Amino acid sequence: MTCKTPLYALHLELGGRMVEFAGWSLPVHYGSQVEEHLAVRRAAGMFDVSHMMITDVEGPDAAALLSWLLANDTGRLRTPGQGLYSCLLNERGGVVDDTVVYARDAQRFRMVSNASTRDRVLSWVEGHAAGRAVGVAERRDLAMIAVQGPAARERCYPLLPTALAEAARGLKPYTACFTADRCVARTGYTGEDGFEIMVPAGDAAGLWAGLYESGVSPVGLGARDSLRLEAGMNLYGADMDEDISPLECGLAGTVAMGPDGRRFVGRAALEERIRAGVRVARIGLVLAEGGVLRAHQPVEADGAATGRVTSGGYSPVLRKSIGLARIPVGAARTLRVEVRGKWLPAQAVRPPFVRHGQPCYAALG
Amino acid sequence: MSQIPEDLKYTTSHEWVRVLSDGTVQVGISDHAQDALGDMVFVEVPEAGGAYPARAECAVVESVKAASDLYCPLSGEVVEVNPALEREPEIINRDPYGEGWIFRLRPDNPADLERLLDADEYAAILAEEK
Repeated sequence: MTCKTPLYALHLELGGRMVEFAGWSLPVHYGSQVEEHLAVRRAAGMFDVSHMMITDVEGPDAAALLSWLLANDTGRLRTPGQGLYSCLLNERGGVVDDTVVYARDAQRFRMVSNASTRDRVLSWVEGHAAGRAVGVAERRDLAMIAVQGPAARERCYPLLPTALAEAARGLKPYTACFTADRCVARTGYTGEDGFEIMVPAGDAAGLWAGLYESGVSPVGLGARDSLRLEAGMNLYGADMDEDISPLECGLAGTVAMGPDGRRFVGRAALEERIRAGVRVARIGLVLAEGGVLRAHQPVEADGAATGRVTSGGYSPVLRKSIGLARIPVGAARTLRVEVRGKWLPAQAVRPPFVRHGQPCYAALG
Repeated sequence: MSQIPEDLKYTTSHEWVRVLSDGTVQVGISDHAQDALGDMVFVEVPEAGGAYPARAECAVVESVKAASDLYCPLSGEVVEVNPALEREPEIINRDPYGEGWIFRLRPDNPADLERLLDADEYAAILAEEK
């Protein structure tokens, strides 16, 4: 059984090419992935991200539960409205999921996590909540629309209730504002400015139609992936999973061992990995010549097999193929990737590849 | 509904063939094929002078989504490749039967053209695939 978001009929009306993704029927594009990608980089695009899991974690023990489950410093969530990107780890230090958590107040938090890990994350959080004074509620009643691009925020204000629009105007990056049944967060998955807006499912079509009328381009899953790849952001299940720790997939900066030796699930395993020495690193790749990097392609350095591409694709901004790969720490900087039976040279770089519409990657080494 | 010009020949693997006045043929991929593949980002063309048997893999068209082999519709020698594709593979999406041609071939045996599909036969195959 494939789930449909509240915007399903609008996707069909707009010519969306529907595909199944994590059990949901969603548009991969509405005609041209590249045009949709560039619309986000140059003006504004909107994405139906209603398939993502929204979970409210509330109660006297909510902050303690999150501090136990998140690898990042949840102390930052003491400020109402603050958002925090973090991994949820298993006891082995592997990534159960990555999530953004927003603080509504001292006892109420909202977690947005991936659709592909819905059941795993819900049972994980509920399991750890048992015996604590905290409620865990999945919000299937909400829809979510991401509006991204340099013109995105301005297009949203006229379509929001007055008080919410006023609060949204004051948002700094990585913060959110709430009303009783809505939330606007200045976050996203594209490397551009913009909002992610959560509304009651019944209101989603009206918001989407209003954005469309104001010139915001509908954007499918295809461009969502190429935008996040240009932004150097990991995709759960491709660039990380339960067997990979944040230290090995470019997310060491999102792991907070302090303050005060804070305890969280996976900490002991991470400390062990650090003691033993982290041997694998995530890098960015830029393909020098024709061809397209795709996940699972083998990577070699100095003529020896060394790792694999974990995400790859075409960058419409760079007009080259880019990818993410995991290779041994200290491997050569001139790499070769096997692309359709040929070994092509690729440059190792530090992601992101593109930020705010401009190429920005730096060579490693 | 995808375009299927009446004056071209087609293959079951979605290539089209146009017979030119000098007896050589232009080859490209159909509107249906470009639409199914999505935005083209890379084309690996055959080398001019290369000889290919019918149904041999002779080019690769790669879209944002996937790479796809192009099969030589007739045995023959490649006499020219579309030079615009290196910089602008997206012309295959924009104009699959015109500017988006991929290569030109001199058929070994012009009678082989008879074995290709006409527009009606190709349309019937697309209808079956649905």
